[in-house]
Amino acid sequence: MRKIIFTLLFLLVSQLAQAKLEIEIIQGNASALPIAVIPMQWQSTDPHPQTGVADIVSSDLYRSGLFEPLDEEDMVDRPVDAESIRYGTWRLLKVDYIVIGQVKDAAGGTGYDITYQLFDVHTQEALLSQITTVGFGDLRFGAHRVADAIYEILTGVAGAFSTRIAYISATGIGNDQNYQLFVADADGFNPQAVVGSPEPLLSPNWSPDGQRLAYVSFEKGNSAIYVQSVATGQRELVSSGKGINGAPAFSPDGRYMAMTLSASGNPEIYIRDLTTGQKTQLTTHWAIDTEPVWSPDSQWVYFTSDRGGKPQIYRVPVTGGNPSRITLEGDYNARASISPDGTRIAMAHGRGNEYRIAVLDTDTGRVRILTPGVLDESPSFAPNGSMILYATREGSRGVLSAVSVDGNVRQRLILTEGDVREPAWSPVIR
Amino acid sequence: MNTTWRFLLALVFAVSISACKTTEPETDTAPEVTEPEPATEVTTAAAIDPRDYTDPRNFDNSESLLSKRVIYFDFDKSEVKSEYRSIVAAHAAYVSAHGSARVTLEGHADERGTREYNLGLGERRGNAISGLLSAAGAMGSQLDTVSYGEERPVCRVSDENCWWQNRRVEIVYTAR
Repeated sequence: MRKIIFTLLFLLVSQLAQAKLEIEIIQGNASALPIAVIPMQWQSTDPHPQTGVADIVSSDLYRSGLFEPLDEEDMVDRPVDAESIRYGTWRLLKVDYIVIGQVKDAAGGTGYDITYQLFDVHTQEALLSQITTVGFGDLRFGAHRVADAIYEILTGVAGAFSTRIAYISATGIGNDQNYQLFVADADGFNPQAVVGSPEPLLSPNWSPDGQRLAYVSFEKGNSAIYVQSVATGQRELVSSGKGINGAPAFSPDGRYMAMTLSASGNPEIYIRDLTTGQKTQLTTHWAIDTEPVWSPDSQWVYFTSDRGGKPQIYRVPVTGGNPSRITLEGDYNARASISPDGTRIAMAHGRGNEYRIAVLDTDTGRVRILTPGVLDESPSFAPNGSMILYATREGSRGVLSAVSVDGNVRQRLILTEGDVREPAWSPVIR
Repeated sequence: MNTTWRFLLALVFAVSISACKTTEPETDTAPEVTEPEPATEVTTAAAIDPRDYTDPRNFDNSESLLSKRVIYFDFDKSEVKSEYRSIVAAHAAYVSAHGSARVTLEGHADERGTREYNLGLGERRGNAISGLLSAAGAMGSQLDTVSYGEERPVCRVSDENCWWQNRRVEIVYTAR
């Protein structure tokens, strides 16, 4: 009997270990940069980790769609320093860039030093030569930082691999449902449940410092807004008035929160001062006004309203005033996410029974549909603006996908368990 | 333990898990909304009159409108369709006659469209039923509205056959 229990435990544990997001490229990029990330020399006295730093860096670069890393089995040579790189060999392998490095114990025994260099195979020039120091449990995070630095040097845009994502996962049906708010690394590893409830959880939103999450929970029988520390789990009830308490959105400086409250009889947008608790009503209309989101310069609040008959995106000055309509094309435009530079607005764009992620260019007014549908929603920009994470469906199950802002690269992130939805990409955590 | 045993156990475990997963979702059937026929014969003095909407026994009498407690809506709409008005009127009659009755109107939406917008839509549907109950004599203090948006579907297939069942208001008595 004991053996049976052990086996069952083993199975449970291995299932949990597999409950991560798996990634596969759906539509690649022909102009991806060929790069070889050589397995790094392990010089620590600790045992070598299962997945090496170079492996993680290669996966990150591959996922971006902008790189084509060389398979480890095709590496005919494993140079350990600048002098031992035989550039001719790498040119023959059609590799443009090469990364070499070592992992050693950091001074003081506090963790590891990842020492690495990036070379241009054609000019033989060192483009990057750095040491990234991380704690013992943070080797994956350190590898993501290395990938961020390489991505930035070669694309000119800061990397977003060392960030995190939050999402909601639901399992079960009817009265047997369980909802969980998860936080995972941007590559889907290390999923950790932040909170779980038999009642619905929705609308996760990161604080600008990446330390806290606001979300909506029905655990008290009606919607209520909570703010919870990701590290400590400590949480605070922010709003639980009559009617809807929904759509929390931290202001860019973290001092205010926009939210939807319907205590007045129908959903309106309010701004709450998180220090004083004082709230200001921003919209006044019998229609549904919801899904507020701040412009990066904090001058505007964009929101969804059906005041024109169907849901469309509007914006109103943070100081109040008359809202103006932003989206003009389509039957259904809702749940805006604004790019970090403020030039693009991603949204759920509906036509008939099909919902796709579309991006509105605020300068030209042009709308571009990025995803195939048919029930795509909850777009969330990466903090470097390069990609949009969104929720889609596969059969009757929710999954997460990411698409590049130009629509050329799409990745599917599959959670092995449950109905996954409402992704929120964290800010860059410094 | 040898590998064969381990494999068999793994298999049993996997099968039991997938067996749980394949449980059919509960679905509501379309409600009969026609006025029930009056009872053809009265056999006992204690017979229930299905049209006496003040009689709590009718909550479990499938011939009475009081037993119907789900109202369905069109997509992105909150107007109460005429075929459901008689059900709402029956509940209004009960609630007005029983001052201790308390009702929660749980508003729901189908999966199309965004989640927070659907929270608003579910509330609007709940309020539409609440408004009709109030207009027919229920006290405001007897009524409460909660919107679950698209978070609590009764059916999870992405087609209209499923969607119409999810676009609903459930009339839930917390006290009779």
